[in-house]
Amino acid sequence: MSSSSSSVAVPRTGRGLHRFANPGRFLRIAAKIQPWLTASAILALVPGLIWGLFFSPADWQQHDAVRIMYVHVPAAWLASLGYFGIAVASLVGFVWRHPLADLAAVEIGPVGAAFTAICLVTGSLWGKPMWGTWWEWDARLTSVLVLFFLYLGHIALTRAFDDPERGYRAGGILALIGVVNLPIIKFSVDWWNTLHQPASISLTGATMASSMLDPLLLCTLGFNLTFAAIVLARIRAAVIEQRIRAQLMARASSSAGDAA
Amino acid sequence: MKAFFPLIGRELGLAMRHGADTVAALLFFVVVAVLFPLAIGPEPGALGRMAPGIIWVGALLAALLPLERLFGADYEDGSLDLLLLSGLPPALIGLAKAISHWLTTGLPLIVIAAPIAVMLHLPSASMLPLLVGLLPGTLTLSLLGTAGSAIILGARRGAVLLPILVLPLATPVVIFGASGADPGSLPAAKLQSLLLESAFFVFCLPLCPIAAGAGLRAAGE
Repeated sequence: MSSSSSSVAVPRTGRGLHRFANPGRFLRIAAKIQPWLTASAILALVPGLIWGLFFSPADWQQHDAVRIMYVHVPAAWLASLGYFGIAVASLVGFVWRHPLADLAAVEIGPVGAAFTAICLVTGSLWGKPMWGTWWEWDARLTSVLVLFFLYLGHIALTRAFDDPERGYRAGGILALIGVVNLPIIKFSVDWWNTLHQPASISLTGATMASSMLDPLLLCTLGFNLTFAAIVLARIRAAVIEQRIRAQLMARASSSAGDAA
Repeated sequence: MKAFFPLIGRELGLAMRHGADTVAALLFFVVVAVLFPLAIGPEPGALGRMAPGIIWVGALLAALLPLERLFGADYEDGSLDLLLLSGLPPALIGLAKAISHWLTTGLPLIVIAAPIAVMLHLPSASMLPLLVGLLPGTLTLSLLGTAGSAIILGARRGAVLLPILVLPLATPVVIFGASGADPGSLPAAKLQSLLLESAFFVFCLPLCPIAAGAGLRAAGE
């Protein structure tokens, strides 16, 4: 955490960022934000889900199965948003060696992967009544599956080093390769899909009535706030974990010094 | 820059000395390709339709095999530090390693893919598209693999990690490569696949060595 010491010259562009590089200051600010974030996440998510799952109109074609949308679509948006978040955090960690950005990139990983898994599972559950099969090699399902693998690779890589700093660097490089390749992978899967499956059922194209759009937007807000609240809590836990480890190391080395 | 070609020469020399390692990847490819008819059945029509897919997946997996040692040996015995001190930019070290990986794995794979394709009853009209498509495809795999193997340096269970990292990124290569040799598609569609695959190669050409260089620099710190 040397970047918070005043003796290090801070580049002009990073000065605003480095104000939040001090873990102590981050913990103080985050502790104030956390209850509000968690409360607003619950306040948006619970009514949104109840509205969408019980009180929104059923679709004339898909009947009650359309209600999966209120979980599936926000999860799908967060799946790609989360990976983008990892890439942005990695870039900040790379360019400015920002310690909290590195931690954020590592901590977003499992949360994003969980939302991607939710997206895949609900997509599969939605596919059963709609397409008559648990898994359709639909372009979007397939590209989300590849995205899920990218998440898992990032998670496995960042945790595979004894020195966490090395894990941050390696994970950062992987996330940046992944994020520039993501549009190409998406394109290739779309292209592959049209090549092999010209007559796939499309769920888009129909415009949505506001009686369904409103609960969807509330659910999306709720999912986003939940994502942010979990990530913030994970970063706080990681900072505290780092501190505890540093204190234990210091104590162990000082007692070893006494013994010697 | 002066050290670039000697580095490739060194890698080739090392590959010659450890000839068994190089042949092992090819042998793996052949064995995988032979297992498919045993599993699917010897019917020529079905095999011929699946041949491009079998060859592409086999080539992809075979190209992964030597990757773990690509930087691993240099990292362990300290020659990676010397390479980083040689004045050669890390990205060019990555590029040289990718070229040597392709020369020792990708090129032999293309050569051996031809008899394998004949054995799998690939229609002769698809033979040339398959082999031409393998050229940018294996080059791209070498580039992606080099970046992946530079990233995992010093990681625990790196050998297991590597396929998880590289294979999802190689999705476009498999899609464009296999569809470029699909016996059921028109010549224009095959050409389109080949061009898209080449475009992906051109895209990876600067990206992957830079990423590999960043990984090497992180490993050398």
